[in-house]
Amino acid sequence: MTINWEKYTVDNLHDEMIKKAGNPRSFSKELSEFLAGLTSEEIIEFKAASDLAIQTMGITFRVYNDEEGSIDRAWPFDIIPRMIDKKEWDTIEVGLKQRAKALNLFINDLYNDQNIIKDGVFPANLLEKSKNFLPKCKGITPPFGVWAHICGSDLVRDNDGTVYVLEDNLRVPSGVSYMLENRQVMKRVFPEMFDTYNILPVDDYVSDLYDMLAQLSPRKIDEPEIVVLTPGIYNSAYFEHAYLAQQMGAELVVGDDLIVDENDFVFMRTIHGLSQVDVIYRRIDDSFLDPEVFDPESTLGVPGLMRAWQSGKVALANAPGSGVADDKVVYAFVPEIIEYYLNEKPILSNVPTYKCINPDDLEYVVNNIEKLVVKPANESGGYGMLIGPHATKKEHEAFKKLVTADPRNYIAQPMLMLSTAPTLVGTDVEPRHLDLRPFILSGKDTTVTTGGLTRVALRKGSIVVNSSQGGGSKDTWIVDMESE
Amino acid sequence: MLSRVANNIYWLGRYLERAENTARIMNVNSNLLLDLPKSIRLGWKPILDINTSGESFFEHYETADEANVTRFIIADKNNPSSILNSLNSARENARTIREIIPREAWEEINSLYLLAKESEANALNRRHRYSYLNKIILSNQAITGILAGTMTHDDGYEFLQLGRNIERADMTTRIIDVRSASLLPDIEDKQAPFENIQWMSVLKSLTGYQMYRREVRLRIKRQDVLRFLLLNLKFPRALNHTLKKVEECLQELPNGEGVITCVQSVRKTLETSEPEKLGQDELHAFIDEIQLGLNDVHNKTSSTYF
Repeated sequence: MTINWEKYTVDNLHDEMIKKAGNPRSFSKELSEFLAGLTSEEIIEFKAASDLAIQTMGITFRVYNDEEGSIDRAWPFDIIPRMIDKKEWDTIEVGLKQRAKALNLFINDLYNDQNIIKDGVFPANLLEKSKNFLPKCKGITPPFGVWAHICGSDLVRDNDGTVYVLEDNLRVPSGVSYMLENRQVMKRVFPEMFDTYNILPVDDYVSDLYDMLAQLSPRKIDEPEIVVLTPGIYNSAYFEHAYLAQQMGAELVVGDDLIVDENDFVFMRTIHGLSQVDVIYRRIDDSFLDPEVFDPESTLGVPGLMRAWQSGKVALANAPGSGVADDKVVYAFVPEIIEYYLNEKPILSNVPTYKCINPDDLEYVVNNIEKLVVKPANESGGYGMLIGPHATKKEHEAFKKLVTADPRNYIAQPMLMLSTAPTLVGTDVEPRHLDLRPFILSGKDTTVTTGGLTRVALRKGSIVVNSSQGGGSKDTWIVDMESE
Repeated sequence: MLSRVANNIYWLGRYLERAENTARIMNVNSNLLLDLPKSIRLGWKPILDINTSGESFFEHYETADEANVTRFIIADKNNPSSILNSLNSARENARTIREIIPREAWEEINSLYLLAKESEANALNRRHRYSYLNKIILSNQAITGILAGTMTHDDGYEFLQLGRNIERADMTTRIIDVRSASLLPDIEDKQAPFENIQWMSVLKSLTGYQMYRREVRLRIKRQDVLRFLLLNLKFPRALNHTLKKVEECLQELPNGEGVITCVQSVRKTLETSEPEKLGQDELHAFIDEIQLGLNDVHNKTSSTYF
């Protein structure tokens, strides 16, 4: 017995499992007792079993290294699951659907009538600034008016327990394969907990994805040809591309496998000759999609793909240009966007965001920069960002100048105290910060994964959950505490 | 099946076969040299000729001695056909089609490369070389077994076998060509000393010694060896058998007619020219012709399917 919850320190943070030392949340009582009852030998054994399962299932991500070119590495997995009560999850799920719906209406409006701009809700000059707005997409309405068919929204919980949406990934969000595989590993490692709890299953995702993609097919046939377009084996998410293709029974293709003919139809080269393609789940960025239209140097894309999509001969998921709705400044407008299109109050909160474009907000940001996180509109992966509380006076001054010079390009947010969950360290547990990425599928209907991918920062005190920077993942259990 | 995937499986088959054959040749040569007196110096140069890498070898080394040739053939990055490069190429091809081949096969291919790479030093050391090469051969056989036993025998599997057999045909003809060059044609009763051992080594390079013995019980003779290695239909490494396999694979694949015609013309050349009776120069010319035919088969396969 090495895990002692009396010694588990929560401080002023919100812990997903333990309210305060020795005192688990109601739904985690059985799990915490089970864990406390394990000997260190058992913990080592469980950990080894999960590592082995990960290795044999080949769950990897790709990292680069000079000597070998690149190698697959197993993604660290923590065997202690993260639990969410179904009652809370139900609300989150409705909130995510609301958000995805509004964002899709927003994108479709931007590429067509631009009513939201005419009505003065969204500033025209923000759109002009947007790197991800593709004028080529103007005048197009894809099937069901949906542009971002697959959306991954990152959720975090602050120390007062409120769940916030941190960002919406509308281009090529990844991670869902780890969510699915993590569950397989957990079933092998803690089968008894699946008897104790009513844990909602996650395996519907692949069928939901397939159904949604099939709905997009321009040809109304029983088995439309669906392919997954990958940049290839050197992409860090190649494992996921191959995994999803395999699970859906779709072909995994690279750009060279596809050609667009003079009538704008898309075909793949097979040993039987050319075979028509209906739906492309593309996992390459807009700018590489079609060398005829975007980056002419791109060897990842398919010449002519844009005209094929524009003329409706092939469906692309996500649609090109969807990224217009996932820059940081647009994010700040999501509450207004929801109210404008749906006439509803947002169910999920945005992290309170100061839009530097508003003079009052700008003044507040400049005066309080040492307390704030300042983010540029169009960068991702933490580039060009200022974390006020961790930065020097000199950096504060530099950012004040940047923000004042180009207020449209910046937003600022208070620093959140990300929630924690017990994570295995050796044979004991310590709190580690985490987030949650659910995936929302939008076609004729909208579906949400049960839970999502929980990413955990394995380094003590760190809030960086990315796989490339010492992050790992946990299985996410949505537990129904009311049914027997 | 996607053309690119078919191409990858085909090359997976070729690279695995190439690595295995090269490992066999190295083992046999190491062995042969121990049996021959110092006056008959075959040395290591013929290995380079079989590997068709003589030119690039001499860009990097001065003398074709044991240490240099061994390093070059087994581990050198500059030799595109080295065992390690072949295994690496096989692994990269397999990685690209991981969703097509059984997971166990991928794991075995992956660990074979890692093992070969990690214990590279053993290959250069005479004492450990045999077991190093033997592991490579056995692991290749394991991969072949896993694929045969767990992969659906669909178009993809046909491409794997196609690649394997074309590579094998190529290797068999090269070994015969290079090895017979140093040996005299049969003139009754005038067999040069140690010729027997050398013909045995040709058979052993192709793991054909035991099988040859079951087929031909007489003392080893050039004619018999050539007939066995070129024309036998049952021995899996005999040229005629590999060509028959290639033809069978193509019959299972769509639009195979053009390539089948190519293969049949090579077989016809083989079956009508009584190669066992050819003198050394004619044999060399004959093998050149076969090699060109094999090239045609490869090119036609590429243009039809990939």
